[in-house]
Amino acid sequence: MIRCDRWGEFWAGVRAEVPILFGVLPFGMIYGALAMEAGMSAALSQSLSWIVFAGSAQIVITQLVAYGVPNLVIILTVAVVNLRHVLYSASMAPYLQKLSLAWKLILSYLLTDEAYAVAITYYERQDLQDKQMDLSAMALERTHEYRHYFLLGAGVALWMTWQLSTSAGLFLGAVIPESWSLDFALPLTFIALVTPLIKDRASVASALVAGIAALVAFNMPYKLGLVAAALVGILVGVVAEKYS
Amino acid sequence: MNIWLAMVIAGVITYLMRLSLILLFGHLELPGWFTRILRFVPLAVLAAIITPELLMPKGSLWLSVDNLRLLAGLVAIGVAWKTRNAVVTILVGMGVLWILQFIC
Repeated sequence: MIRCDRWGEFWAGVRAEVPILFGVLPFGMIYGALAMEAGMSAALSQSLSWIVFAGSAQIVITQLVAYGVPNLVIILTVAVVNLRHVLYSASMAPYLQKLSLAWKLILSYLLTDEAYAVAITYYERQDLQDKQMDLSAMALERTHEYRHYFLLGAGVALWMTWQLSTSAGLFLGAVIPESWSLDFALPLTFIALVTPLIKDRASVASALVAGIAALVAFNMPYKLGLVAAALVGILVGVVAEKYS
Repeated sequence: MNIWLAMVIAGVITYLMRLSLILLFGHLELPGWFTRILRFVPLAVLAAIITPELLMPKGSLWLSVDNLRLLAGLVAIGVAWKTRNAVVTILVGMGVLWILQFIC
């Protein structure tokens, strides 16, 4: 493995992010096209992509702006739509604990759904391997020394793609035909990432219940269904683990 | 309120949510029960994102062989389970969806 070298980790993060980027590309273009339709200036639309840097929240913003909703409501809506990032922050925290404040500030900015998904599953797989190899604390510290570069690589790759696809959407419109179904690359990548995490009864129960709850709660507004489903899934996983 | 100011506030709130627990846990020793909870976060979140993408591609439940995304997704889950290889899973999943779209 490339683990002990910082740029090796960085490029591994970029590579792991690549399949997701195919799904992000049409998504960013749709956002750009919607922002133009909503009458937002090109400067504002493009800036949102680095100020807010969250796809679904940005698309919601275009709809609210188009309807002329007051700014305060827009702010509150974005806060609710992005609530799931608190979960990501909790989940990523143990892996970033030893880093300097500067690193935490930078990596938090890059903590989107897409970067989180590839990085957290990479770290969990790694921990599992380490457990099997029974490494000493010192060896662990050494192999983990640069693994935050993986999240950096994934985050930077996504950030750049998001900015470019926004520009493309602003100036060309959403030109990738829907029939290409490139957006399907996103759930497919998540499938590839989540399947290896399912390895005991508790994880099966957690994933199944979270999935069903997501269907039931799908019509809750502002992605609250996702947060609710995740919380239920986590709870079921913890309980199932306790009683197995 | 100026729209630019509103967007900056929305961005700062989003950033603070991403930073919140990363910053807070920097100084705390995490109790064991808490890390056991955290283990289920990626699993539950990703399952909650994937399931509606496959079963509700048009916004409502669609359990049918005409739902090509469901079929391609199921094949991808099988491939992921067997191969544990992300690239193969994604390529096969995309390929199956394209072929089904072409035939149907």
